[in-house]
Amino acid sequence: MQKYILSKKNSITLISGILIAIAFISKWTIANTDIFNWALIIASILGAAPIVIQAYQALRVKVVSIDVLVTIAVIGAFLIKNYEESAIVTFLFLFGAYLEQRTLNQTRSAIKELTEMAPESALKQMENGEFELVEVDEVDEGDILLVKTGAKIPVDGTVVSGEASVNEASITGESIPVAKEKGSKVYAGTIIDNGTIQIVADRVGEDTTFGKIIELVEEAQDSKSQAERFIDGFSKYYTPAVLVLGFIVWLLSRNVELAITILVLGCPGALVIGVPVSNVAGIGNGARNGVLLKGSEVINEFSKLDTMVFDKTGTLTVGKPSVTEKVYYGDNIDEALSYLASVERESDHPLAKAVLEEIGETRFWPVENTEVIKGGGIVANVNGHRVAVGNVALMEKENVELGEKARSDIARLEKDGNSLVLTSVDGQLKVLMGIRDQIRPRVKEDLQRLKKLGVKNLIMLSGDNQGTVDVVSRELGLTQAHGNMLPEDKAQYIKRLIDEGHIVAFVGDGVNDSPSLALANIGIAMGGGTDVAIETSDVVLMNSDFSRLPHALGLTKATARNMRQNIVIAVGVVLFLLAGVLFSEWVNMSVGMLVHEASILAVILNGMRLLRYKLRY
Amino acid sequence: MKAATIQLETLTCPSCMQKIEGALKSLDGIDKDTMKILFNSSKVKVNFDEEKVSIDEIKSAITKLGYEVLNYKVK
Repeated sequence: MQKYILSKKNSITLISGILIAIAFISKWTIANTDIFNWALIIASILGAAPIVIQAYQALRVKVVSIDVLVTIAVIGAFLIKNYEESAIVTFLFLFGAYLEQRTLNQTRSAIKELTEMAPESALKQMENGEFELVEVDEVDEGDILLVKTGAKIPVDGTVVSGEASVNEASITGESIPVAKEKGSKVYAGTIIDNGTIQIVADRVGEDTTFGKIIELVEEAQDSKSQAERFIDGFSKYYTPAVLVLGFIVWLLSRNVELAITILVLGCPGALVIGVPVSNVAGIGNGARNGVLLKGSEVINEFSKLDTMVFDKTGTLTVGKPSVTEKVYYGDNIDEALSYLASVERESDHPLAKAVLEEIGETRFWPVENTEVIKGGGIVANVNGHRVAVGNVALMEKENVELGEKARSDIARLEKDGNSLVLTSVDGQLKVLMGIRDQIRPRVKEDLQRLKKLGVKNLIMLSGDNQGTVDVVSRELGLTQAHGNMLPEDKAQYIKRLIDEGHIVAFVGDGVNDSPSLALANIGIAMGGGTDVAIETSDVVLMNSDFSRLPHALGLTKATARNMRQNIVIAVGVVLFLLAGVLFSEWVNMSVGMLVHEASILAVILNGMRLLRYKLRY
Repeated sequence: MKAATIQLETLTCPSCMQKIEGALKSLDGIDKDTMKILFNSSKVKVNFDEEKVSIDEIKSAITKLGYEVLNYKVK
């Protein structure tokens, strides 16, 4: 019975609304007070039923909920035969709850979109070797699964046969398909663009990367900040306090009408719902835009931040050195380049890779008598020539004559922060290459935006030498840059900034910088959805996309502002109504309920604006 | 100790959380410290001692309050 009434809440709301309309129409057109009264009485009883049930259920578990306040107020109004008030208040309360549900679903939609991307079924290999469609819950680690074109990969696994291109946007945010073949790792929630593969399940359900992301976002949207916990504790005592206040007013004034009006006015609706809606809408917007924010505490601190510390390699720069400039001396350059490539092909030095990439297709020669000179380079015999590849010190050791022009080229490239690779053939300098780790595209503009958003200090810390660090710093317009720093030096540095009273965010790649990530007020990981990044940081930028950073900062500022607005709306409305009832005549129960429901909708709609938030440049 | 994740119908009022919290706390064998009522995702996460209380008892405590249990997982 109770359940039946609650399940018909929407129809009850509709019917009681119609009855109220009938009552007023009959009063104004045919002036029939009988129809007026009876319609309102029925509307009151109908409308009160679900509210009374909810109140009873709450009292049974010793909670004084809003339903309790409204129930007492409605019964009071009914007893003093003010059917108009009792009918309208119950109707507004039910109708408000209906609108709340509709709009709340809107604010939650962004996160729902994410959770609905979770895979539901899988083609699993049974004991007889056939593949059968099963629920994803029935897949265990070690099972063999078949995934075809257009299907969602149900688990984190390894490809055992077949080839496919996979869209990994749900994990990395990158929508360009990635090629997968035997031995490749695949991730739950990603979609096969083309091809068919068989995979062995490594991690299933909530243990998959996608499962972890969902769990993180779900917990984040319900995590509570200190302010929120305060409001929670407050509302636990607030509602009973309103009840007591109403009782005292009745004792003193013997005015039932006034007492029950206070019960309705005191409902804490907008206060308790205001902050959670801002929170869920803000986190939802982030999730949609590749920014995972871990909860409202993170949002609050992030929005106040004044100092951002960046790791250099892999964060501000691409993390992959490449050749920025090459200078040739003398003739037979093609031959020299092919000798250089042949030597570098056998080296695993990071600069060698950049050199080979720059030269591209060429003829490779056999390399003999290779000698590695520590801190210098390589000397070897190629096609009967003595070839030396390395730095200036190596050239001097080999007695290579560096002309006037070469010396000035070297000085210029070094000043620009390049590492140098010189090549000599039979004691003659042939090639000079400057190699540098490139700054990520558009990082400079993003840093400017961060500055505009109020970040005062942009600091770079790096393990590289101070010269290289200075060049990058100048190019990007950073406020400070420090080189020669080990991971523990970086952590120390961040600790000092915090001790000086700064609110510090550290942006790093999440693997070797985890001490700094953990120590900073806000740890921001540029992780393409890796476990370490997800766990140690407060904010994750999906797909390592640096350009999400200004959006993330702008969004947290907007969300924090939105929360404050909602608190002001909620408290303001209660104060306004209480003042109204004490100092004027126009506030009665119905008006109070109307204003209340309106304020609840106002905070929800205000929160909803965050879903559409975009950083304006 | 087992961990249950219970998916409810959409929760709309924060006082729902207080009610569910109150109802579950009154059950014996519930680990009160791990209990989480997630308002926005409308989920209940709770650890419980399966010798003192069953998942069905937990479920019925919630349904008795008028909230539908859509599905649940016990690990």
